[in-house]
Amino acid sequence: MRATNSKIVSAWDTRRIRKNHRLERAASYVRSGVFESGDAVAVLESILEPGDRVCVEGNNQKQADFLSRALASVDPERVRDLHLLISVLGRPEHIELFERGIASQVDFSFSGPQSLRLAQQVADGRVRIGAIHTYLELFARYFVDLTPDIALVAADEADASGNLYTGANTEETPTIVEATAFRNGVVIAQVNRIVDRVTRVDVPGDWVDLVVVADRPYEIEPLFTRDPEQIDDVQILMAMMVVRGIYERHRVRTLNHGIGFDTAAIELILPTYGERLGLRGEICTNWVLNPHPTLIPAIESGWVQSVHSFGGELGMERYVAARPDVFFTGRDGSLRSNRALSQNAGMYATDLFIGSTLQMDVDANSSTATLGRIAGFGGAPNLGSDPRGRRHPSQSWLEMTSEVPEIRRGRKIVVQLVQTFRESGVPTFVERLDAVELGRTAGFPITPVMIYGDDVTHVVTEEGIAYLYKARDVDERRAALAAIAGVTPVGLLADGTRTRELRRDGVVAFPEDLGVVRGEAKRSLLAARSMRDLVTWSGGLYEPPKRFRSW
Amino acid sequence: MIETLTFTYPASARVARRAHVGVVASGNCELLLEPSPEPCASVTVRTSVGGYATTWEAVLARFFARHSIAVRLEIDDFGATPAVVAMRLEQALEQAR
Repeated sequence: MRATNSKIVSAWDTRRIRKNHRLERAASYVRSGVFESGDAVAVLESILEPGDRVCVEGNNQKQADFLSRALASVDPERVRDLHLLISVLGRPEHIELFERGIASQVDFSFSGPQSLRLAQQVADGRVRIGAIHTYLELFARYFVDLTPDIALVAADEADASGNLYTGANTEETPTIVEATAFRNGVVIAQVNRIVDRVTRVDVPGDWVDLVVVADRPYEIEPLFTRDPEQIDDVQILMAMMVVRGIYERHRVRTLNHGIGFDTAAIELILPTYGERLGLRGEICTNWVLNPHPTLIPAIESGWVQSVHSFGGELGMERYVAARPDVFFTGRDGSLRSNRALSQNAGMYATDLFIGSTLQMDVDANSSTATLGRIAGFGGAPNLGSDPRGRRHPSQSWLEMTSEVPEIRRGRKIVVQLVQTFRESGVPTFVERLDAVELGRTAGFPITPVMIYGDDVTHVVTEEGIAYLYKARDVDERRAALAAIAGVTPVGLLADGTRTRELRRDGVVAFPEDLGVVRGEAKRSLLAARSMRDLVTWSGGLYEPPKRFRSW
Repeated sequence: MIETLTFTYPASARVARRAHVGVVASGNCELLLEPSPEPCASVTVRTSVGGYATTWEAVLARFFARHSIAVRLEIDDFGATPAVVAMRLEQALEQAR
């Protein structure tokens, strides 16, 4: 029997009705859309239902920490088994949610500071990990099969209509709010203050349901600040090789730099070494990058045309506001960041990604996974991959195709920058990644590889550059990598004759092959050698956080 | 506790002058390289970090396999990684040529 005309669905607005019920239950605490910080726990207990999908704004920079602390204080008898959605599980109370049984499932991107405790919670069976995502795919799933029922977000200011101003740290707020608000979820914003008129509208008020003034301003980490004092000669040598052997050679204009001292060294030799090579205006003109303080000298020297940022950086507010030709800024003058759009820009509109890793195997697969920890990826797998959907050409993108077959296509330049040994004397190049064992032990369906070797076009060590994109086959790729892997177990497999052939064919280059003089790799090559130098370069506009000041 | 290691490699090529590179700092090393009349490279390593003789052997053997230079080389090590040592060796050679 076929019930061709029978109607299976009788109601089409259950989510809206449910949302209204949630808000009605909390109504006694709310006046004109605002509730008192002291009532935060009660409001959450009224609104939340067991099994809800709750998105807590929290990434490696901005954290809705007042609301996450309130969430961790709810009565587990009333609110339990929540499904937590969060970019970065970075705060102790995020783990308390599992310890107390408030949340039992999590989908996330990165768990850096809590990676050890998270692994313990998983082992104890208190929490089930749905998946470890990249930022972009987690945001994407908010619009498909992980739409939040409740979103807890953070902003600088709110006005009486619920308009939010997020200052330099807009980051992921609009993305989370959009996914929640437009499918009848409840959006709750913690703000630092309520004002008559917001400085700028970053999130329109009719997307926001409830506002609370937090007990203290939201937490923010100056994650992208690197003190030039700590950059060493090896990093400078590698930076010189990158400038000559990759940026100059392929005329790289659009790019993203990872976090770390290796890439900070590159930023700091553009106005010195790069200038001497006559490369200003020829390379590194358009960036997808947080406002790195170490980029100040290059900006001040006229190297940089534009920078779009994932988030803000503490202390860079006044400097950024004073450089609106370079940074994306609002009518109020301050930075407008956007994590989702910046990740997208970094994936599709830049010709190069360069970053570091902890381990690399013989096929250039890399991972930062360490046994006993579940750390995750953040944005690196997206930024450090070839987006096969790209169709717009550029010189450097087209250069990555070594031959011209009938159907021509380009390729993103993906560079991994590693010293053959880490500080502790541990080799970076290994026969097999720890990630393999970690994935197996933790029961992950996929191996937690950060950047797949077949996406990597160049590997740079203090020994030289392996131009992996030029290798004719797997065997040549491995030989090229071994040639620059020093005395690591992988490097000791290198054969001297083969290495000479690879250098002759341009698949491997040592510093002397690139015109790089090792003796020049000194700290005097850095445009700024201290935090104080960066402040001077900025004309006093950059205000480093206290922990970075020695004066 | 300072550990002293010595290594010798057969060598033929000459270098022009002595070279002094590196710095006395934690995680770094200081190298003094001089031309030698002997047909070999003789190396003395004084290191503040014991137990890495095999790694030193690997780094030095690799360097002198690439560059067969008759020199006397003294290294004062303050916990440099093999990456730092390899760079300092090449820097010393650059200066000595």
